[in-house]
Amino acid sequence: MSFNKLESESIEIIREAVAEAVNPVMLYSIGKDSSVMLHLARKAFYPATPPFPLLHVDTTWKFRDMYIHREKVVAESGMTLITYTNTDGQTAGVTPFTHGSSYYTDVMKTEALKQALDLHSFDVVFGGARRDEEKSRAKERIFSFRSGGHRWDPKMQRPELWNLYNTRIRSGESLRVFPLSNWTEHDIWEYIHKERIPIVPLYLAKERPVVLRGGIWIMVDDERLPLEPGETPQMRVVRFRTLGCYPLTGAIESSAATLEDIIAETFKARVSERQGRLIDSDQPGSMEKKKQEGYF
Amino acid sequence: MTTIHSPLRFITCGSVDDGKSTLIGRLLHESKSIFDDQLAALESDSRQHGTQGEDIDFALLVDGLQAEREQGITIDVAYRFFATEKRRFIVADTPGHEQYTRNMATGASTADLAIILVDARKGILTQTCRHSRIVSMMGIRHIVLAINKMDLVSFSESLFENIAADFKKFASKLGFLTIQAIPLSALDGDNVVVSGHRSPWYHGSTLLTYLEDIDISETETTGSFRMPVQSVNRPNSDFRGFCGRIAQGYIQPGDSIRILPSGQTSRIKQIVVWQGELEYAESGDSVTLTFADEVDVSRGDMIVSSAQPAQVADQFEARLLWMSSHPLMPGRTYLLKLHSKEVIATVTSIKYLEDVNSGAHLAAKSLNLNEIGVVNISLRQQIAFEPYSVNRVLGGFILIDRLTFDTVGAGMIDFALRRATNIHWQALEINRDLRARLNNQTPRCIWFTGLSGSGKSTIANLLDKRLHADGRHTYILDGDNVRHGLNRDLGFTEADRVENIRRVAEVAKLMVDAGLIVMVSFISPYASERRMARELFVEGEFIEVFVDTPLEECERRDAKGLYAKARRGELKNFTGIDSSYEPPEKPEVHLRSEIDSPETCMERILAAVSFSC
Repeated sequence: MSFNKLESESIEIIREAVAEAVNPVMLYSIGKDSSVMLHLARKAFYPATPPFPLLHVDTTWKFRDMYIHREKVVAESGMTLITYTNTDGQTAGVTPFTHGSSYYTDVMKTEALKQALDLHSFDVVFGGARRDEEKSRAKERIFSFRSGGHRWDPKMQRPELWNLYNTRIRSGESLRVFPLSNWTEHDIWEYIHKERIPIVPLYLAKERPVVLRGGIWIMVDDERLPLEPGETPQMRVVRFRTLGCYPLTGAIESSAATLEDIIAETFKARVSERQGRLIDSDQPGSMEKKKQEGYF
Repeated sequence: MTTIHSPLRFITCGSVDDGKSTLIGRLLHESKSIFDDQLAALESDSRQHGTQGEDIDFALLVDGLQAEREQGITIDVAYRFFATEKRRFIVADTPGHEQYTRNMATGASTADLAIILVDARKGILTQTCRHSRIVSMMGIRHIVLAINKMDLVSFSESLFENIAADFKKFASKLGFLTIQAIPLSALDGDNVVVSGHRSPWYHGSTLLTYLEDIDISETETTGSFRMPVQSVNRPNSDFRGFCGRIAQGYIQPGDSIRILPSGQTSRIKQIVVWQGELEYAESGDSVTLTFADEVDVSRGDMIVSSAQPAQVADQFEARLLWMSSHPLMPGRTYLLKLHSKEVIATVTSIKYLEDVNSGAHLAAKSLNLNEIGVVNISLRQQIAFEPYSVNRVLGGFILIDRLTFDTVGAGMIDFALRRATNIHWQALEINRDLRARLNNQTPRCIWFTGLSGSGKSTIANLLDKRLHADGRHTYILDGDNVRHGLNRDLGFTEADRVENIRRVAEVAKLMVDAGLIVMVSFISPYASERRMARELFVEGEFIEVFVDTPLEECERRDAKGLYAKARRGELKNFTGIDSSYEPPEKPEVHLRSEIDSPETCMERILAAVSFSC
C-alpha cells in the first residue's frame, strides 16, 4: 500500500501548524500513534530537527517498558522532552484504585495536561488522535479550536474546507492539531512496519504476569497493583493494542509476536482497539464529555 | 491487502428521512468495519434511542455526538473509514437540511464522488436539486444517484427509470462526468453489497462494487508544476530549502522554475526528503526543494514552472458560500486564506445571489448564512492562483472574520478581473511629503467616533478653528454633510454603513495625501470599518478620537430630536437604540464629554497630537 498521500497530508498539516504557531508542542504519549506522529514530524522538517519540544503528561502509572522506550526515542530524535505530573493529585494520593478511573483520569490526565499547557503557554498542541478511534473523534476538526480553559465546543467548530486551516486565535485560546486524523489503526501498523519505526515491546505478544478483572486481563507490571482477595498473577501470552496507565489498560490474549502477525491480526480483528480502555466506557458519551473538558 | 485504486473520498447527500445514515451504517456493517464491541454498544443504543424497534438502528452508529442522537439528526460532518480488499474509503457524512449547507460544502470540498440519495416514493425533490448544485459547485464530478426505499415501491423498474431520467435531465448543466443510478433498500441491504433478488431487472453493479471500481483519475498530475511554499527550512547557513506540498504537475532536479508573485527565476537543485534526494516528485507529495540560485522566497509564495507560470492578480470574480450568522458586508475587510497565503480582502460587489433550490439569480446587497453568491473580490496584494475549475487547492479560499477569527466564507475563484492587470497606480512626481512641507505641517486624519449627540462635531469644529488660527490647512468631513452629496445614495443598514465609511476613509486619505489635516466626524459604529480606515494610512497618521459619552447623556441632549424619533420607532437602525456601537479598544485619544467641556476635550487632542512639520 502506498502511503504517499496519507504521509504527505500529515506532513502538510504539521508544517502548516508550525508556520503559524508562536509556541507549538507535540504531545508524546509513547504509544504507537505518538511514534508515528513523531516520525512524520521529523520527516516534515528534515534536515532540521522539529522546532518544538515533546510533552509527556506522566501519571506515574505507565508501564515500565514505556519509560525505557521514551528515553531511547527522545535521545535519538535530538528533541527536548518536557514531562509533567499533577503533583497536587499525587500529593492527594489520587491513584486508579483509590478514586475510580473517571476521577483519576480527570485529575492525572486532563487536569495535568491543562496545567502543563498553561505553565508553558503553548498555543498549538499536536495530538495523535485518529478519527476512526471513537464516535466523537470522527467529528473533530484537524485543527480543533479550544477556548480559554481548553474547552472544546462540538457545536461551535470552525468549518474546515479543502486543506485550508484557520489558525487564527487570541491570547489564552489554543489549537489542538491532529495530523493523524485520516489514518486508521491498520494504516498505523502498516506504516510502522514499512518505516521500521521503533515501538514499545508491549505491543508484541510475550508471556506476562496478568490477573483477570471484570473480564479484562490486567498486567501486574509492578508491586503497586493491589491484588484483590483470591487473585494470583498468572503467566499468559498476551499483548496490548493500545497503551496507557497499566492498571487501566487491558491486554488481549494473542500470540502475535511480530509486526506481520499484528497486521494480520488487526485486519481480522472483531473488537475495536479502545475496547481495552476502561476510561472510554465509564459513563455514557464519556469520550465526548472528556473531550469537552480538555482531554485529548 | 492489495490496493488497486487510490483511496476514494466520498460524501453522502440526503435528508434524515432518506435513510442516509442507515446506508452508511449498512456499508460499514457489510464491509465488516464494525467491531463486535461497537456492535454490542449499538444494540443497546438501538433499544434506547433507536427507531427500528428490536432491530439494529444503523443510523445511531454514524450520528456520533450525544446532542445529535437525542435529536435524531446529524448536525456536523463526521468522517467514517472503511476498507475492502480492493480499496480504502473515507466517507464524509453531512446533514441535508438547508440550514446545514455549509456542512455539506465542507464535506464536499475534499470528496471525489457524491452519493445523492433519493426516496423512491418521492422522486427528485427541491432538496435533491440543492444537494446536486452544491456538490457541483464544490467541484465533484462523479455522482451515484442512490434511489432508496425501493422496497416500499415494490422495486418498480419503471419508477426507477423515470427518476433516473429526471435526474439526468436536470443535471445536464452541472458538469458531472459520470452519473450512476442504483436501486437500493438501505434498510434491507438490496444492492448495497450483494445484488437484490427483488430487482432482477437491474444488471448494474452493487453500490459497494461500483465504489470499489470507479476510476477517479488524478487530473492534478497533468497540469504544469505548482507548489505553494509553506515554510523555509534553514537548519544552518549551508542549507536553504522551501517546504510545501505539490499541488499540480511534477518536478525534477534541473527544471526551470519561477517564484510568484515576484517573478524571479532559478533551477531546481535538489528534491530533499527524509529518505534522501528524489529524482522526481509529483502532485500530492510533500517535499523540500533547493534552488541553484539565491532567490528571495517566503511563505505564501508559489513555485511554478518557469515556462507555464500560474496567473497573478489582486481582483477576482468568485463564488462565495457564506457560513456565518453575521452577514457578509461588501466593503468590509476580511482575511482571505488561499493555499499558504493570507491577505486582506474586500468583497467589492455582489453580482448576484444564487438560489440553491431553483438556481435562479437574485439581486442582493449582502449574503446571509448558507447563501451562495457570485462576487467580485479585491485583495491588498497580488497572489498567484488557478481557477477553481482547474485546481481545487489553488483556487479555493476561506474568509476569516478579523475580529472573531471565525471562518465565515468559502470561495472558489472563477477568473481574475481584467481591470486588475490593466489599471496601474499612477506614480505622481509631486508627492505627499513635498505637499506637506509646502503647507508646513504634518498631514493627519483625526477620526472622531462616538454615538449621535456625543459631541463629535462640536469638538471637531473647535479644533478646526484653533488649527486654522494657527495657520494650518484643514478640512472637516462631517457625517451629515457627506450624506447630502457623495453618500446620498446610502441608507442606514449595516451594508450601507460599511460603504459609507469606506468612501469617507478613501476621501480622507486623498486629502491627507494632498497635505491637509482632515477631521472626520462620523458615528462609525463598527470596529472593523475603523480598522479598515486606519490601514489606509501610514503608521501614526491616523488618530482615533473616541468621544465616549453615555447613551443616556446623548439621549438627554438629543439636539436633532433623533433619539425621540428612534424611540417612537420612526427611525430604523439608529445607533445605540436598535443598531449596535462597538467602542474602540485602544483609541489614541479618549474623551469624556459629560465630564469635560468641549474646550477641554479639544486641548486634550492638541496635547496628544503634534501637527508641526
